[in-house]
Amino acid sequence: MVRLVAFFIGLFFSGMLLVGLGDTVIQAIQEPAQPTAEHEFHEMPLAVSFAHDGPFGKFDRGQLQRGLKVYSEVCAACHSLNLVAFRDFAALGYNEEQVKALAKGWKTEVPSINPETGEAASRPAIPADKIPSPFANETAARAANNNALPPDLSLITKARGDGPAYVYSLLMGYRDQAGYKNEEGQELLKEFPEAATPASLHFNPWFANLNIAMANPIAGDDQVTYDDGTKATKAQMAKDVSAFLTWTAEPKMENRKSAGWAALGFLIIFTVLAWMSYQTIWADKKH
Amino acid sequence: MLTVKKTNGTGKKPVKAPKISAAAALNAENPTSGVMPAQDLRVENNDHAPVVRRRDFIHIATISFAGVGAAAVAMPLVSQMSASADVLALASIEVDVAAIQPGQSIKTSWRKQPVFIRNLTAAEIEMANKVDVGSLRDPQTLAERTKPGKENWLITLGVCTHLGCVPLGAAAGEVKGEFGGYFCPCHGSHYDTAARIRKGPAPTNLVVPEFAFISDTVVKIG
Amino acid sequence: MSFPWAQEYKPQGTVSKWVDERLPLPRLVFNSLGAGYPVPRNLNYFWNFGVLAGFALVIQIVTGIVLAMHYYASVDGAFNSVEHIMRDVNAGWFLRYAHMNGASFFFIVVYIHIFRGLFYGSYKAPREMIWLLGVTIFLLMMATAFMGYVLPWGQMSFWGAQVITGFFSAIPLVGEPLRQLLLGGFAPDQAALNRFFSLHYLMPFVIAGVIILHIWALHIPGSSNPTGVSIKGEQDTVPFHPYYTAKDGFGLGVFLIFFVAVTFFAPNMLGHPDNYIPANPLSTPAHIVPEWYFLPFYAILKAFTVDFGIPFTGIIIVEAKLMGVLAMFGSILLLFFLPWLDTSPVRSGHYRPLFRKFFWYGLIPSLVVLTYCGGKPPYTEWVVLSQIAAAYYFAHFLIILPLVSRIERPLPLPNSITEAVTGKPLEIAAA
Repeated sequence: MVRLVAFFIGLFFSGMLLVGLGDTVIQAIQEPAQPTAEHEFHEMPLAVSFAHDGPFGKFDRGQLQRGLKVYSEVCAACHSLNLVAFRDFAALGYNEEQVKALAKGWKTEVPSINPETGEAASRPAIPADKIPSPFANETAARAANNNALPPDLSLITKARGDGPAYVYSLLMGYRDQAGYKNEEGQELLKEFPEAATPASLHFNPWFANLNIAMANPIAGDDQVTYDDGTKATKAQMAKDVSAFLTWTAEPKMENRKSAGWAALGFLIIFTVLAWMSYQTIWADKKH
Repeated sequence: MLTVKKTNGTGKKPVKAPKISAAAALNAENPTSGVMPAQDLRVENNDHAPVVRRRDFIHIATISFAGVGAAAVAMPLVSQMSASADVLALASIEVDVAAIQPGQSIKTSWRKQPVFIRNLTAAEIEMANKVDVGSLRDPQTLAERTKPGKENWLITLGVCTHLGCVPLGAAAGEVKGEFGGYFCPCHGSHYDTAARIRKGPAPTNLVVPEFAFISDTVVKIG
Repeated sequence: MSFPWAQEYKPQGTVSKWVDERLPLPRLVFNSLGAGYPVPRNLNYFWNFGVLAGFALVIQIVTGIVLAMHYYASVDGAFNSVEHIMRDVNAGWFLRYAHMNGASFFFIVVYIHIFRGLFYGSYKAPREMIWLLGVTIFLLMMATAFMGYVLPWGQMSFWGAQVITGFFSAIPLVGEPLRQLLLGGFAPDQAALNRFFSLHYLMPFVIAGVIILHIWALHIPGSSNPTGVSIKGEQDTVPFHPYYTAKDGFGLGVFLIFFVAVTFFAPNMLGHPDNYIPANPLSTPAHIVPEWYFLPFYAILKAFTVDFGIPFTGIIIVEAKLMGVLAMFGSILLLFFLPWLDTSPVRSGHYRPLFRKFFWYGLIPSLVVLTYCGGKPPYTEWVVLSQIAAAYYFAHFLIILPLVSRIERPLPLPNSITEAVTGKPLEIAAA
């Protein structure tokens, strides 16, 4: 009885799936899926390498400090970094005094209340504070940015596939849409005339739908002046800020890797010992 | 060993052979003969003292390694409970005391505990200095509990040393106790104007946290 | 214990004797995981995975309890509390990554454990109850893992909760009220998050309880083995301790090497980037996928694209959406009936030539294809592939297995485990 019922249930499910299969194929032939501009012209992240790549990689402190400078002078005008506190900057190689000075000198102050009147006010940041947001709330952020919300950048390199390379590619990826061709030589506006970027947006083939609300933030060289004398080329700034945002997303990466090597080494020795123990115990037992 | 048969079909086998192999099988295969493996693997030398064989060493090493590993994993499982980085970051605070008039005090919060900052009047300082230090339960002078040149600034934790209640006396209009300092209503401890215990169950004076004046009017606690 | 030659627990010393007379707990352990449990001597490495699954549950419970000391289940605070664990709590990143990847490794070892049972016929008499309890554990695990994935309250958490509770709305009449009952609202929100946290904390202990029943049921007939031949005598077995404790210790080492390699060097490999974006009820991610261990079932859900009805009349009896949901649950629930679908008296796939072909060239590829297609966007090629694979999956269990059991001619079985191991007939080998 069980097998009879099962047979008919199986026949029903499998049958419906095969009917669905036919239906899918017929539909695919009758009305094949139209190619879309996003599908044909969206680019995968560029190849870029960092000091922190790989199982032995460590952050380049100088690069992180440069990246912080790019963030604070360029990105911080619109993007918050609300999971990172000033005290965390000690990990970039700053001492206590420098961290204090960074916090105190930050362009945006921390919202507070006037102790006399209780009215909204602001005060300079202290190391224990999280990085203050450039906008008071989402509505203010949208109002200032043509109704687009600049995402928080704390986790951006973990929230996008191949994150560090994605950020780098996006910053380097602004193109002139007129006459833009992909690697197969197709011209975007000829293939998809309706894909022309609306006036308020900006064309960037490394962004998911090709049109990003953010204007090109790093327009050219020397937009910031690095303290360590590194030449601030566009690629250098994009790479430095990607490295910095990798650190903000995963500040414990170095601890994680070194702990991982210790654990692996220990486990390999343990496993060898356990194997020898196992072999010894089974030595007189054919199995 | 129940299935061992003395006879076999052909009868060709020597009588002795099965005995030996059966004995070997007993040692190797019959678990009841050994009871516990640790004893199983131990041999005795001529002096009848047990010696550890090389194979024992492997088992001991493996088990010890597992033990060390378990202990290593236990460390983060315990240390996660101690104060996290954001809590430690708030371990010191800076307070501007310019607005506190003599005779007034404020309550502020340091490490999530109340701190009393009191601007003593000249009379209160005199009252504290008059006391015979030797007669105190926890002998300390006012000077020992304040900073030189800033004797009027009495900074203490607002936590009664008896069982941790918050004493009264810091806010205006609160009972200051029999000695004009603080009074803990939970079990009736009285503190004087140097916040020293004078009467009641508390064993020690109110704790003076580590603090320093980083400018004339800004004090850093912690 | 049903084996007369099983070692008896003999308490050493007066204290253990005193305890044994009052609470024979050491005796219970001795009889279930110690020298008092005779186990077939010929188990291969696939038999390590039961113990590994138990260990994975321990990892999840231990790391989960400490994570709960820092997590708060609030729609405003959950995401940040997880990041607080990752950034500020001492060793918090380790605990969180271990818990996150521990779930994946739990499923890896449980899947291998299930496939071992499927291939070696471990679900057959007299072990049906072990199998039924095992499938129950699997269902509980899936529920627990789903609710755990909701807790960080990222984009995938939120939309996963939305989609999975949406399954229930496919049920006619009671569907929508049932969904609202489960969520405590019209969409996932504070009420849902709080109850998911509560249940996510509770369920592992329920799982642990069912595991005890699973092991209890195992100890009635004893473990099966790669030949599928029942134990004939003492020479077929070895005591669990030290033989299999040593082997499991080695297996545990290998398992932990893989676990540590992923947890410390590629902790986000098995996760989805979108879950690092805080939940936003107003915007769906471009491409919603569940965790990898749910992908085959998700592919089955998506494979049903046509309504069932009377052709040319427009009368619909079962909508495609409901059928997808029924099939998805059915694909797991059918495992409950497996002992009665596969009627071959031979257990092990080694001695079943036809069964073995369908297993390796049918079932395994169809599940690989389903897993792969489950993670793909709904383009024609992936839908077609998953429809073929899903059709095979149902046919395999519901049609092919019962038929194969009837027509197959099994290979000759060895007379005993010992004979299979030593190549000698039982009597000589024993002597």
